[in-house]
Amino acid sequence: MTIPPVPYDIAPSPAAGVSPEEQQFNDLIAADSRIEPRDWMPEAYRKTLVRQISQHAHSEIIGMQPEGNWITRAPSLKRKAILLAKVQDEAGHGLYLYSAAQTLGITRDEMTDALIAGKARYSSIFNYPSPTWADMGSIGWLVDGAAICNQVPLCRASYGPYGRAMVRICKEESFHQRQGFEILLELMNGTDEQRAMAQESVNRWYWPALQMFGPPDDDSPNSAQSMKWNIKRFSNDELRQRFVGMLVPQAEVLGVTLPDPDLRWNEEKGVYDMGEIDWTEFHEVLQGRGPANARRLQRRRDAHENGRWVREAAAAYARKQAAKLTETAVA
Amino acid sequence: MSTPSRTDAGTNATSAPDRGHDHGENEGHGEGHGHVEVDGVELSAELVEGPSVASHDVAEYALWLGDDSLVLAQQLGWWISRAPELEEDIALGNIALDLIGHARSLLHYSGAESNRTEDDLAYWRTEPSWRSAHLFEQPNGDFAHTIARQFIAANYLFELYSRLAGSADATLAAIAAKAVKEVDYHRDHAAQWVLRLALGTEESRARMITGLSDLWPFLDELFVDEPLIDRLEGVAVRPSTLRGPVEDAMAPVLREAELDEPRGFISSGGGRRGDHSENLGPLLAEMQVLARAHPGASW
Repeated sequence: MTIPPVPYDIAPSPAAGVSPEEQQFNDLIAADSRIEPRDWMPEAYRKTLVRQISQHAHSEIIGMQPEGNWITRAPSLKRKAILLAKVQDEAGHGLYLYSAAQTLGITRDEMTDALIAGKARYSSIFNYPSPTWADMGSIGWLVDGAAICNQVPLCRASYGPYGRAMVRICKEESFHQRQGFEILLELMNGTDEQRAMAQESVNRWYWPALQMFGPPDDDSPNSAQSMKWNIKRFSNDELRQRFVGMLVPQAEVLGVTLPDPDLRWNEEKGVYDMGEIDWTEFHEVLQGRGPANARRLQRRRDAHENGRWVREAAAAYARKQAAKLTETAVA
Repeated sequence: MSTPSRTDAGTNATSAPDRGHDHGENEGHGEGHGHVEVDGVELSAELVEGPSVASHDVAEYALWLGDDSLVLAQQLGWWISRAPELEEDIALGNIALDLIGHARSLLHYSGAESNRTEDDLAYWRTEPSWRSAHLFEQPNGDFAHTIARQFIAANYLFELYSRLAGSADATLAAIAAKAVKEVDYHRDHAAQWVLRLALGTEESRARMITGLSDLWPFLDELFVDEPLIDRLEGVAVRPSTLRGPVEDAMAPVLREAELDEPRGFISSGGGRRGDHSENLGPLLAEMQVLARAHPGASW
């Protein structure tokens, strides 16, 4: 399936009160070109990007936890190595994204502080626990799968550093999704206990994964503006629909049942009809009432605080080395 | 912070040259995901397999080295998502990944002699059958303890693998030739941190001194010659010959860090004979729990 062309906004003709910089920005957006860090941009555009990119970075960092939970218990050395590599990729994604956000004039420390203080958001999906090994499969297949659907269009986001970071991230995410699928496939081809473990896990992750696309289009306050700015390319519901369309044949290959009794092909519309999503649960988790919100933040805060003396040491050492270099240069 | 963080390595380690998958924009939107198979070779580039089956003695020796690497990797894996800085989550993860690669090659080679797979050896042996030295079994402690353990371990492994690369056993030589390049980076990483911590702040210096003196007692065991070594002349590296080179490699770093070589306890060790520290039991219990709950299952 190819991505349908997006009907881009026509740039408004220069109007009274539009500065030359603003006109240039509008022209770049209208031409579907990229905005770069030194270009002028409206404050709201900058703010939207800082919010979105830092939330995305935080999601990568918090997202390390549910999978990190199984590195020490992975049931084979090959799986241990793959999982370790995957969680490490996520740390790398966090780094690229923090760097992309930094080009907008915010520091990593500010973003970290906001996360630890509970003021910044990250993807709600990571507030669910990962009690079984099959969750490594479901997280890869469903959570990373949903992330890919969300993120591939972001490779064309109008802000250059974000789009470029996303290209790299998407490449790695597709490997992540495949390894998740393979974990589930292996379980579904295994013993009765393993099959039950896989199905139980898919049952738990399916609906939260669908919620990852965000609220329905008629209840998504930031979407319209983001689409005008070519940050967002498809609506939440469009992406969700696509994701389900992708899952159904894969679930058949796996032999797992997707836990939606209302899921069926709609010949007329050419898409799958699906059951109602429990948006109350979504908002509950978002408001901090999910199963693991406190735990996730606590871990991040502990790591940050326990590491403070290490970061201070590194900074002090760097200062001393720099001073030494200056002394040598003067002498 | 100028930590050498090879951000790419985790990815490279897991990206096969051709996964039959297009990373283009269409991905995630339909047919692109019809391709559902994950090939089994993601990490194969990390593994060294020789044509030969080890003799009983060589298999035992490979077990020594494989167990050291696996136990250390298991410990380091804990740090991911808990490290003092994102760059360190990545760096420690990388090191753990390298070590798992070494362990898999060594255990695979060791197991062939008794028809056991790397996973049979990793998941189905109880403590007395493990051959890890006590140094690798020591807990992570704080970051300074982890760095002290890394500093000793990486310097030891570097000197060991440098020499093992010339082993008369072609498989061991090939594994060592690959591993030595990686542990060279590990030792650089550890040395940088020894300097930062020792010369950073008062607190970090005090912690580095404690870490080093807590880990130093386990250095000695690495240089003990067991009878097995006498039967592997030209194949194994005689542990006692490594003492000088390892100490010489660490000395300049300690000097620059203004640290004295700790003079305190010396642990009598015993790991090569199956006598382990108290830490190995819980470590294995955690590592093996899932595999053992499903005998015969494949993952």
